[in-house]
Amino acid sequence: MSTTVPPPARALPSRATGAVTPAPGAAVLAPVSARRPVLVALGALVGAVLLGISMGPADLSLPDAVKVIASHLPFVHLHAGVSAVDAGILWQIRLPRVVLGGLVGAMLAGGGAAFQGVFRNPLADPYLLGVAAGAGLGATVVIVGGSHLAALLPVAAFAGAVGAVTLTYVVGATVGRQGATASIVLAGVAVAALLTAMQTFLQQQHSQDLQDVYSWILGRLTVATWSDVVVILPYVAVSAAVLFAHRRLLDVLRVGEHEADSLGVRAARIRIVVVAAATLGTAAAVAVSGLIGFVGIIVPHTVRLTTNASYRVVVPVSMIGGAAFLILADIAARTVLSPGEIPIGVVTAFVGAPFFLFVLRSRRIGRTA
Amino acid sequence: MITLHDVTVRYGPQSVVGPVSEVVSAGEWVGVIGPNGAGKTTILRAVARLVAFGGEVLLGDTASSALSPRSLARLVAYVPQQPEMPPDMSVGHYVLLGRTPHIGYFGVETAPDRRVCGDLLERLELAALARRPLASLSGGELQRLVLARALAQEAPVLLLDEPTSALDLGRRVDALELVDALRRERELTVVSAMHDLTLAGQFADRLLLMSGGTVVAGGKPDEVLTEGALSAYFGTGVRVMRSDDGDLVVVPRRAR
Repeated sequence: MSTTVPPPARALPSRATGAVTPAPGAAVLAPVSARRPVLVALGALVGAVLLGISMGPADLSLPDAVKVIASHLPFVHLHAGVSAVDAGILWQIRLPRVVLGGLVGAMLAGGGAAFQGVFRNPLADPYLLGVAAGAGLGATVVIVGGSHLAALLPVAAFAGAVGAVTLTYVVGATVGRQGATASIVLAGVAVAALLTAMQTFLQQQHSQDLQDVYSWILGRLTVATWSDVVVILPYVAVSAAVLFAHRRLLDVLRVGEHEADSLGVRAARIRIVVVAAATLGTAAAVAVSGLIGFVGIIVPHTVRLTTNASYRVVVPVSMIGGAAFLILADIAARTVLSPGEIPIGVVTAFVGAPFFLFVLRSRRIGRTA
Repeated sequence: MITLHDVTVRYGPQSVVGPVSEVVSAGEWVGVIGPNGAGKTTILRAVARLVAFGGEVLLGDTASSALSPRSLARLVAYVPQQPEMPPDMSVGHYVLLGRTPHIGYFGVETAPDRRVCGDLLERLELAALARRPLASLSGGELQRLVLARALAQEAPVLLLDEPTSALDLGRRVDALELVDALRRERELTVVSAMHDLTLAGQFADRLLLMSGGTVVAGGKPDEVLTEGALSAYFGTGVRVMRSDDGDLVVVPRRAR
């Protein structure tokens, strides 16, 4: 027996679509705005900085700390009213550490966001293409070479990082289909494995230096000075400016290389510019801070999951949020086992990974509800 | 007007298309039909300059190879068979991507760009969805959205690769009606690869039948949609009938 059910009314009457006349100027789409998430992230950054300068073994209140900083500002004539020792601790030890942590965090998170954008791969970050392995090898060569080379460590780490990504790019772009992102990522995995093997071999041959190498690999902001800040500031500034300037184009790349090309951009060229900028900035950051892990993955993804996925939001908010995150992680690193310190890479992983899983989970639940 | 002069495409040593020489007049809708692997997608991609090709493609009087990517994207909008639709991107944001050829390298959309896109969403009945993520849209809505993005380029040439393959029968007709209405409103030249031969015959002004990378037949639908040609190139028995409305109906014939 056959039954017939009356058809449901169609939301769009057939053929009516073609007859609708456009309402003139009916709607101007709202602009893509990052204002609110940027303000929230800035709030978090200010909080992290204030916490960072007021916490530590020396007993310095927050108002005193702010006064000391204000007394260093040009055109401000203020007597901080704290001892010279306390003022020195704040200005020479705490503040450069907070500032350096902020710059490194901003660069690692911004670089991660940019790499995920150009490779359209949620696990991509500068480390994946060889920054970590190259910097690790460069640093290890200097450390096992002896203490007279110590001043060269940042330079070697920087050169190792930049060299590794360059090698990855050249190999990936020549062995695979032209412009294929997957072959570049795979080349990065191979280059990283090779350099890590070389680094491990060196380390094993010079086991007396094991602890130094290991502590560099886990990352440290312990010995941060203003000169470190001055060294990386130009790289971070230029890199951040380039990434920020490409935030809209990173959105265009989200539809894939061919469709982006058909929209009139040169996807492969944008990728090279963004990768070069992010690599230089990240290499400078790891050169002074060692290999602090996870920041480039968890910060951009947390931003994506809690705001919207547009790179106009993800790039700036990841940078600001990454700065705040690393300053907070460093506070934990130096206070939890005070007067001892936990390597900051341990803190970022230990705190960051569960937090990220929490965000991921709550977002899933929110979506299915 | 699009002119193809001896266009050839090779993947490695193997020639996949050509030589093809055709002229598509301004305002015309040309349907490209043919069996799988005939080169329909490749010839569209050559016109959009998304594959390297030999020969020459002229847009008006200008060789496409002489245009910058941005200038080309202002003349030719291309909709691939399976467009990439980032699931968490909003509808409004996706349409704005279509303005890319009109925005400078470091620029962002201006109010006129957003007005063009807002009007298009209104026109394609998507305005209410502007803030929704793409993941929440139906197949028909996504199809209209892809069209909206292509139209946001304000290019006079629209290349559609299998524009309706993912849609049900009703939505297919809706989508093609919409393309037809829009091309008349905006004086677009449309070239579309099409699988459904009956619909191709109903909507296109002219059909090109491709096989083995070359155009083996071309002309008005009733000149191309013949039982002999279709049976020969599609490798199956085909019956072509005329409906009461005068439309051609192509029905595959089952071997019994």
